[in-house]
Amino acid sequence: MEKMDRMESLRDAYGKELASLGEKNKDIVVLDADLSSSTKTGVFGKKFPERFFNMGISEQSMVSAAAGLSLAGKTVFASTFAVFLSNTYNVIRQSICYNEAPVNFVVTHSGISLGEDGPTHQILEDVGIMSGLPNMKVIVPVDSIETVSVIDYLAARKTSPYYVRLTREKFPVLNDENYEFKEGKSVTFRDGSDVTIMGYGIMVSFALKAAEQLKNRGIDARVINMSSIKPLDRPAIIKAARETGKIVTAEEHSIYNGLGSRVAEVTSEEYPVPVMRIGMPDIFGKSGKGMELFDYFHIGVNDIVEKTDRFFKGDFK
Amino acid sequence: MESYTINDLNATAREIRKEIIKMVYSAKSGHPGGSLSIADVITALYFKEMNIDPEKPDKPDRDILIMSKGHASPAEYAALALRGYFPVELLEGFRKVNSKLEGHVHRGIPGVESSTGSLGQGLGVAIGFALSSKLDSKTNKIYAILGDGEMEEGNIWESLMAASKYHLGNLTAILDRNMIQLDGFTEDIMPLGNVAEKVAPFGWEVITINGNNMDEVVNALEYAKKPRDRPLFIVANTIKGKGVSYMENNPKYHGSPPANEEEYVQALKEIEGSQ
Repeated sequence: MEKMDRMESLRDAYGKELASLGEKNKDIVVLDADLSSSTKTGVFGKKFPERFFNMGISEQSMVSAAAGLSLAGKTVFASTFAVFLSNTYNVIRQSICYNEAPVNFVVTHSGISLGEDGPTHQILEDVGIMSGLPNMKVIVPVDSIETVSVIDYLAARKTSPYYVRLTREKFPVLNDENYEFKEGKSVTFRDGSDVTIMGYGIMVSFALKAAEQLKNRGIDARVINMSSIKPLDRPAIIKAARETGKIVTAEEHSIYNGLGSRVAEVTSEEYPVPVMRIGMPDIFGKSGKGMELFDYFHIGVNDIVEKTDRFFKGDFK
Repeated sequence: MESYTINDLNATAREIRKEIIKMVYSAKSGHPGGSLSIADVITALYFKEMNIDPEKPDKPDRDILIMSKGHASPAEYAALALRGYFPVELLEGFRKVNSKLEGHVHRGIPGVESSTGSLGQGLGVAIGFALSSKLDSKTNKIYAILGDGEMEEGNIWESLMAASKYHLGNLTAILDRNMIQLDGFTEDIMPLGNVAEKVAPFGWEVITINGNNMDEVVNALEYAKKPRDRPLFIVANTIKGKGVSYMENNPKYHGSPPANEEEYVQALKEIEGSQ
């Protein structure tokens, strides 16, 4: 657990890795929409100005051009804040997904952890929006190390579009340096037999802290990082249902159309067990310090502990 | 193909127009008006101007055409079939369940570079191709065909700025200025006005032609091939429904096929008889 004290920025890791990959892979091109100093694509842009396209505050033409570049054979990364990429839903739908254009969208500043900028910027629906698109794959790295591994993985392939959801805040480092991301595979960070908590992003760190407290209450919680949301690790969900009998999902996202919905779908079809979804109810966020908002909206560590405790004891509300 | 004379091209454009009418009549749906208006430009591109090879649709140095106004799929499909990308008999499948010829331009068809239909996206996609060619020092040309109703989409104006910023001299946009969109006349729905005067200050070179006159179309496309350091915008003034008297300048035929056998026969006869 000491590891969890080390905090690192996922977007910094992204920017650095992208610039480093650009050295070796001359086919990589990067687009941004006037947020390159925040998304960190600017690191690549400074190093390789001829392969970096700042499209201005024009997300639609950025996504359209990204489609063309990838159809022409380039390895394309396109970044902006998560909330602004959703401006372009229909461009992503037609010119990226229907076209099978293998563009890598790496978006930052998702969720309430964004903090002070407030509800206009705190997108909580994007995992659902993107997961619903045919051909699109959706990944939410849990820490800086997984971020680097995901970027390496995407840079080495041009098979389909990806949506990689990053955040503004630094997150605890949970993985070892030699960790390697595997598409469609979850990672069990803590084994347990009474209940399984599945999450992504910062919620995995929260779930690990919650699991320590639950242990003191005699509840043995399994904690799984579900960073590959689409494709989803269905076998891990079925195994958790069979072995622990109850599943809690934890996500920095609406409880609609996110991980909770997907897990409930899989269990309903394959091995019905009670599922409790922890996430944002059908509401917008608010301004405040990123980390204090989790407690404000009752999805912080203590809330996970209390809700899981009640859930374990049979209160499914 | 470069040996095609203006007469040859006009004859081919007539064939394309006939196929357009057959396709939408057989499908009992589709968009004849904007397909007929752009038929001459499409003919000149596919049969004279573009460096393409139906035997090798993916050859790396090929020119790229993005039909941003994806509802003009009948014109695009007819041109591809007559050019040899796939058998002309397959056009009969247009908009039908067991065919690949989807209602709007579909990338799964040989020769199609990008799926289109939701308007406003094709110019940006063409920019992506143009940026890629420029990075790789390729000399191929990138073309985007836009509709004038489509000019109402914000993405078009975003893309006009971007193409100018990146000095895309390898990019030519051709506007099918037929003055009609689904709901009526463009100047009633959302006035575009003097489009040349609007686009030029964005940093594009702009020329205006009669897009239904093969001489002018070919001259403009030859001009487009000259080296330049900024993108070229061709305003092609056209007649919606060109070649079929009852369709010409009639918004009804933006998205309706001939209403009955009589209209169908008349359309084919008029196209055949036109020069």
